[in-house]
Amino acid sequence: MIDVDISSRLGDFSLTARFAVNSGITAIFGRSGAGKSSLIRMIAGLSAPDRGRIALGGRVVFDGAASINVPVQQRGVGMVFQDSRLFPHMNVERNLLYSQWAARRKSTIGLAEIAELLGISHLLKRRPYGLSGGEKQRVAIGRALLSNPQLLVLDEPLASLDASRKAEILPYLLKLKNEFGIPMLYVSHSLGEIEQLADTLVLLDAGNVVAHGPIAQMLSNLELPQLASGPDAGSLLFARLDHYDEQWQITEFGLEGQILQLPGQLGTVGQDARIRIKAKDVALARKAPQEASVRNVLSVVIEGITETSGPYAEVDCRVGEQHLRARLTRHSVHELQLEAGQQVFALIKSVALDQ
Amino acid sequence: MSFYLTDAEWAAIQLSLQVASLAIAIALPPAVLLGYALARWKFPGHTLVNALVHLPIVLPPVVTGYVLLVLFGRQGMLGSFFADVFGIVFAFRWTGAALAAGIMAFPLIIRPVKLSFELSDGQLEEAAHSLGTSRIRTFLLITLPLALPGILSGAVLGFAKAMGEFGATITFVSNIPGETRTLSLALYTEMQSLSGDAGAIRLTVIAIAVSICALVFSEVISRRLSRRLGGQHD
Repeated sequence: MIDVDISSRLGDFSLTARFAVNSGITAIFGRSGAGKSSLIRMIAGLSAPDRGRIALGGRVVFDGAASINVPVQQRGVGMVFQDSRLFPHMNVERNLLYSQWAARRKSTIGLAEIAELLGISHLLKRRPYGLSGGEKQRVAIGRALLSNPQLLVLDEPLASLDASRKAEILPYLLKLKNEFGIPMLYVSHSLGEIEQLADTLVLLDAGNVVAHGPIAQMLSNLELPQLASGPDAGSLLFARLDHYDEQWQITEFGLEGQILQLPGQLGTVGQDARIRIKAKDVALARKAPQEASVRNVLSVVIEGITETSGPYAEVDCRVGEQHLRARLTRHSVHELQLEAGQQVFALIKSVALDQ
Repeated sequence: MSFYLTDAEWAAIQLSLQVASLAIAIALPPAVLLGYALARWKFPGHTLVNALVHLPIVLPPVVTGYVLLVLFGRQGMLGSFFADVFGIVFAFRWTGAALAAGIMAFPLIIRPVKLSFELSDGQLEEAAHSLGTSRIRTFLLITLPLALPGILSGAVLGFAKAMGEFGATITFVSNIPGETRTLSLALYTEMQSLSGDAGAIRLTVIAIAVSICALVFSEVISRRLSRRLGGQHD
């Protein structure tokens, strides 16, 4: 549980943040210069806000009024920086175990376990110099984890890596989340990363926390143009991998009692999955289509329709407990006489869901 | 002309090495601490301290020597304090020569030390703090080892300066054979004597040889250090 209520002036820039989030992965999202790094530096104790209060897991680590400011060494916050910041004069193993030999911290997780999980066991005797960007970052994550943190803070950990390196790290972060359940604050300006990882999203804009809440809800909130507009806007659906059809190379996901088919083999049966569907890839029909190529036909209920000033309308549909957005032309909405409360069919081409 | 060193020459070399070693031992720790403070901290009087530190470079050495004589002479404020409290006498002793050499070498030592602390901007220290080490431990485990190449080159430069120091030394502790007559002072003495040319040339060659040895030694050490630090300084 992270409970933040602070304000601070840094030159011309002022930061005001007020939010409370539960454990899991919390993403702090915002454009460059929105104040993301300043905010997490204050949470980690690397700098102090002018006033306010910060509590981590029920423990007050900063309270301006009560003059409480627990120093960074005692906050139990593991930091992973964008530029990994490994100690160049120590090998990977010394780096990983730094907080144990230098600060006498005890970790509940063992070195071997972490190294295995992060795929860095073969690097232990190497020095940071000469490691690839992705390897350095995995060592940095391991080093932070082995300091036995109550909270892991990752400040744009993938920002300095190229696309293939990013893809190399993300699965490890997911594994960390699933295997250790350690709360994480994940700072990023990439929605793609956040959609794959985060449970909760804190939206920061020009130094203010604009909104915070569960990821899927935030992503489909039309009142948050930073997240919900643009050609790639859409919905995030939580599904379960049910079946893989080898003959046709199609993976089937169970979504609120209905079936969603995606091309390719996308994991192992039984695993939880996040599927992102762009609003522009969703069509609506009053009747289930016959003899059509569209593989995915979901029965949905229209929750609301928002017409924009342009030619488009955003239709918010409900699939069981989850939301699916469709972007249609206003003309279509008018012709089909779509209204809130109607039961309709959402059509999604499998090919559009190529992950 | 014999190729073997005379007793007087040996004495001068040994004394020079002894004086320069003590000078570095005296000057290096404060140079590291002050270099760190000047590189990393902003404090009132920063510019003034920085100027004071570099003063021995621009002052005539004879002035530095005279100031030392006034302060550290037998009757001087600091001189009598050290004599009474610690039993250390500087005036006309080799320890005084080391003090003079250390002070003259100080600006040369602190420069590369300060530069190497300026090279990194404290980000690794931040990481170390977040991993739980205190400021002092972080300084000892991270900051200091990473500044070692700079500290070493400061020490070598300072050692060379201390070996050859002349003006402040002769002003402060005079030219006493076996006590304060270092290589430079011996060379000066030879030049003053009537039959001195051969002796002066011998001492010149010795001075060059000792200097080259020091430079080679420092090069070897700094390569080893660079390798230890991961090769990014090569």
